[in-house]
Amino acid sequence: MADAEVIPLGTRGRPGRGTGRRGTPSSAARSLAPKVPPARSGRRVDPPVVPHPRAEELADVPSFDPDALFVERPGGGQGFDVAAAIAAAAREVFGDEWERRLAELLAFGRRRLTGDYTVDEFGFDPELTSTFTMAALRPLAERWFRIDVRGLDNIPDTGGALVVANHSGTVPLDALMTGLVVHDHAQRHLRMLGADLVFRLPFVGQLARRAGATLACTEDAERMLGQGELVGVWPEGFKGIGKPFKERYTLQRFGRGGFVSAALRTRVPIVPCSIVGAEEIYPLVGNLPTLARLLGAPYIPVTPFFPWLGPLGMIPLPSKWLIEFGEPIRTDAYAVDAADEPMTVFNLTDQVRETIQQTLYSLLMQRRNVFF
Amino acid sequence: MGRVVLVTGVSQPLGGRFARTLANNPDVERVIGVDVVPPRADLGAVRFVRADIRNPVITKVIVGEDVDTVVHASVIAAPARAGGRSAMKELNVIGTMQLLAACQKAPGLRKLVVRSTTEVYGASPRDPAMFTEDMAPKQLPRAGFAKDAVEVEGYVRGLSRRRPDVTVTILRHANLIGPTLESSIGRYFSLPVVPTTLGYDARLQLCHERDVLDSLQLAVSADVPGAFNIAGDGVLMLSQAVRRAGRPLAPIPSFAVSAVGGLFRSARLADFSPEQVAFLTYGRGVDTTRMRKVLGFEPSFTTEQAFDDFLRAKGLGPLAPERVQSVERGLRDLLVREGDRG
Repeated sequence: MADAEVIPLGTRGRPGRGTGRRGTPSSAARSLAPKVPPARSGRRVDPPVVPHPRAEELADVPSFDPDALFVERPGGGQGFDVAAAIAAAAREVFGDEWERRLAELLAFGRRRLTGDYTVDEFGFDPELTSTFTMAALRPLAERWFRIDVRGLDNIPDTGGALVVANHSGTVPLDALMTGLVVHDHAQRHLRMLGADLVFRLPFVGQLARRAGATLACTEDAERMLGQGELVGVWPEGFKGIGKPFKERYTLQRFGRGGFVSAALRTRVPIVPCSIVGAEEIYPLVGNLPTLARLLGAPYIPVTPFFPWLGPLGMIPLPSKWLIEFGEPIRTDAYAVDAADEPMTVFNLTDQVRETIQQTLYSLLMQRRNVFF
Repeated sequence: MGRVVLVTGVSQPLGGRFARTLANNPDVERVIGVDVVPPRADLGAVRFVRADIRNPVITKVIVGEDVDTVVHASVIAAPARAGGRSAMKELNVIGTMQLLAACQKAPGLRKLVVRSTTEVYGASPRDPAMFTEDMAPKQLPRAGFAKDAVEVEGYVRGLSRRRPDVTVTILRHANLIGPTLESSIGRYFSLPVVPTTLGYDARLQLCHERDVLDSLQLAVSADVPGAFNIAGDGVLMLSQAVRRAGRPLAPIPSFAVSAVGGLFRSARLADFSPEQVAFLTYGRGVDTTRMRKVLGFEPSFTTEQAFDDFLRAKGLGPLAPERVQSVERGLRDLLVREGDRG
């Protein structure tokens, strides 16, 4: 490949930009072009780095002699292989600011080892999420799915809001990707509401809580929204994520509208979010209901590659993703007791559902191809 | 005229300390302590009556002494202390029934304070993050202390229905911890190797022993009916707490947990009852808004402070923090030097 192709990420709500059309590179792409290799979109603003207050403590501690750690080569003067390799890798990964970033990483490791960090009442660990989880997901979003984000202005900068999105893709990667996009572009943590299966599973439940998720129940949703968090919900649940490939991009029932009552009660806006691309990552062509019942899982997916290719079949297809955040639907205009009127809740649920469905259709029209 | 308070379970460390402090309260004329065994600690001005709350003698004490306030603090958490699970159930449930029957017959009774536990909410993956007082458990505790506490609360509610003139206050304390207290969670963290369930990390919310005593004192003097969660602010993750204690973690796959728990239980190392295993797997958080707004109680310890206080008293702490820091600094210097050279 002669030169790296720059795929723009994020349009800050301006429509028609960054759609990846060749010949008309977006402003994001043009401004990025000279930087090779462009690891990330220039639109992503790194959160201001606040040195950890405890970083200074280190000055008082007697220095540990690192030479004791490594055996010097017989030739001498060659330096330490391991240390040099790590330093080189750090320079490669972190770029110019590698010294500071490396020091931060080491301090992060120390705080993990001594349990010196705080989680909120839901078990959310913001430091771990920003340092580790998001960094692990970023290449998948930027290199593999090449997510194109629109309508970021519709995410409020502060205060509670409920992001409602369509669910698809057999494995809830769409939720993770939405969380990453919100973290990177809107500088907020998307607190996800997950099914109880998530919290019953070992490792998955633990990671989900650490990443800021909690159980999708009225109590937790209202508590989070009341605290001014940005909450994400995928009301189709397993019906949406586990639907057959031939039904792609048709929205399932939106639960029982519990998310709308929660938003009405806490009087926060609802931000409809439409995700295109997740349907194609694992095309679900079959299901093993008997085995699923046996294992207590909602479904056991059969895709063209899974389980036939084993672990290889678990690699998601590199579809092109578009995520659009729609205009917020305000709930503070409704009466205080609107959450107790089923008809209002149903109508509002339908309105959100219709908005997402229409946006999905128009995004699909704009996408030239599943993979580009 | 001062008040006459009857306190059950004064031979337990917490009950005894509570009764002793209460006796110093100028509003309280007399404190009568009741237990089946004589107290080992000095009870100060408390009058001790050796009586079993499981037999009707208790009625004579309550009526004869003109008791107007009963503090039921004798619900036992650990079977080892009562001499086995069946004896513990007998004391907890039958004892409470007898005590409440006596209370119902006492015309002078004005107030009943019951020490309960947040274990009545159970622990399961379907739990909300924070339980408020009016939420029901998703899975009713099926055994042990938690089940006893649920039953005790049921009988207490029955009494408050039949005697609407009695102010009934139920305090649900989160898992107790403290420098002098022998609690099940304290014993757990004192183990040389701390077993946990592989793949799960529980949220722990703790209540410091001093906050238990203070909240009971407040419940006696304040006149607020209802149930209240009493817990420190904030949560600690189980893995985080174990690291702070500087103990090695031993994750055990969930299918082997009950076997290992049984082993620990029979070796009397720790109390791994099924409800404690559930708690240490899924964790639990309780909302304390009602404690602050209605009861007006402000805990002096957050969960983190309570745990640190416990660690200090036990001489536990993170694994050589200076070593970790100096290794970090050394590594940083080395890598920077190498990077600059290369």
